Amino acid sequence: MKTLTFALLAFAPILALSSCGKKGGSASNEKPLKLLNVSYDPTREFYVDVNRAFSAKWESEHGRKIDIQQSHGGSGKQARSVIDGLEADVVTLALAGDIDVLHKEAGLLPADWQAKLPDNSSPYTSTIVFVVRKGNPKAIKDWDDLAKPGVQVITPNPKTSGGARWNYLAAWAWAEKQFAGDEAKVIDYITRLFRNVPVLDTGARGSTTTFAQRGIGDVFLSWENEAYLIEKEFPGQTEVVYPSISILAEPPVAVVEKNAEKHGTAELAKAYLEFLYTDEAQTLAGKHFYRPRNASIARQFVNKLPALPLVTINADFGGWAKAQKVHFDDGGTFDRIYQP
Amino acid sequence: MSRKRVIPGFGLSLGFTITYLSLIILIPLAALFIKASAAGWDEWISLLGSPRVLAAAKLTFGASAAAAAVSVVFGLLVTWVLVRYEFPGRRLLDAMVDLPFALPTAVAGITLCAIYAPNGWIGEWLAKWGIQAAYNWTGVFIALTFIGFPFVVRTLQPVMEDLGKEIEEAAATLGAGRWTIFRRVVFPLLVPALITGFTLAFARAIGEYGSVIFISGNLPMKTEILPHLIIMQLEQFKYDAAAVIATGMLLVSFALLLLINLLQRRLDWQHR
Repeated sequence: MKTLTFALLAFAPILALSSCGKKGGSASNEKPLKLLNVSYDPTREFYVDVNRAFSAKWESEHGRKIDIQQSHGGSGKQARSVIDGLEADVVTLALAGDIDVLHKEAGLLPADWQAKLPDNSSPYTSTIVFVVRKGNPKAIKDWDDLAKPGVQVITPNPKTSGGARWNYLAAWAWAEKQFAGDEAKVIDYITRLFRNVPVLDTGARGSTTTFAQRGIGDVFLSWENEAYLIEKEFPGQTEVVYPSISILAEPPVAVVEKNAEKHGTAELAKAYLEFLYTDEAQTLAGKHFYRPRNASIARQFVNKLPALPLVTINADFGGWAKAQKVHFDDGGTFDRIYQP
Repeated sequence: MSRKRVIPGFGLSLGFTITYLSLIILIPLAALFIKASAAGWDEWISLLGSPRVLAAAKLTFGASAAAAAVSVVFGLLVTWVLVRYEFPGRRLLDAMVDLPFALPTAVAGITLCAIYAPNGWIGEWLAKWGIQAAYNWTGVFIALTFIGFPFVVRTLQPVMEDLGKEIEEAAATLGAGRWTIFRRVVFPLLVPALITGFTLAFARAIGEYGSVIFISGNLPMKTEILPHLIIMQLEQFKYDAAAVIATGMLLVSFALLLLINLLQRRLDWQHR
């Protein structure tokens, strides 16, 4: 099974594996120490930079070469790959729920993994914003515009995509405030919103392609960082719109202790994740449009990443376990949308 | 059975066959059935009877059958051209038929989507007539036609090549017109191969995942195919539910294939 996964990994075009070893330099005959970071879709570019910076630092401090590999895909899918035998040393996924299952389904890390690092083990945060076509022809300003007739909304499927779960909950949070907690009205709103979705991709990157490359939809519910990536990749075609309220997305990181112990990478994996909290990595996070946790560094990026009211998963939805059960498990509120 | 066989080694080859089939087909399938049987009857009924699964089943089997049928019509045409005519570039065309076999399905899906999406080369053109060829039933159908097509051509080709011109000439000397020759002489001989081609294309289309998900839009109740539903269950760590849907799908496919086989046998019988 494991060899199969790795064989697939070697060929699967969606899993871009890039190794960032320093060439030449302090030549030691030891084999480079390998570290596999299994992450979700939009972090690709960020971790390429992080890996380069961390490798340089580690190699100059320890004199041993390291080879960091990264794998990307829909967050839920990535979690399943790790459970099924993809031997990740660290996981950097879209939401805590996807790391919880590594404990629940496979015992790969302890139950209290989220307490091992500061800030709920989330070194950077993000939020959900709207991406619209240049000039915002449909005048989409806030969440209620998404449910209007004639507006096409692009979002991935919350069942398979972490980002889409944040989208869904952000819309839910707005509706709950708007309709003063009247659940029937909230569900009606969410149903109308999803009636406007013409394509449900399995991951955030798939939706980006649908919206930006295929030209489908009027508004794309996107990770904030992905929204700016689209702006960079397709200059002059899209605009970012900040809704009146959104959600604080905390993409957490964790050492997959069982795998790291087996590979002898426990120390390296821990140092790698701790590096994410350093000023250097925090600045990189900001450059890649993630919101740095470090307040003084976050202030440098406040022009691009403005403050807005954000609900949180713990205060407003009672934590991931509950949100997952109420909304996304079979028979949850999301399934009810599509019931005839 | 006690008749002496011309070729020795029956025991050995049968043993090898059974071992091989067990390893490749029977054991994995048995594992699937065991996993599925872990679910109770209630779960079976509620899962397979749910509107979403039924809608996906309708789309999967319907689009697969339609795609296979279209492949049969155009496969017949293409094979006829490849076998009966000599023209420059024939070998190249012949090789091109195999491309859907060789192309990774995800690549096929992305390519088809890029072409048929409303801003793609063909999609743009179709959109002018108000036809949307991606993210709906048509998209699924296009992908399934693409992957099923070579099966029809490749099963039909050897049969047609073996079909001597003599019988057509004989029919002509007996006064049959061109259409009559095709309808009464050539076509009946091709029917078994056409059915086999249809069956292969159909079976392949039912299980197809990689190319379809890119172009289907994956909307529950509308454009979700069964293999995608199975993947969704897997991604929610519901291995039992995935196994139940897969087993249900397998049983229906098996029944359909059996039916087609029986039909073919009957046709063969009538022909003798």
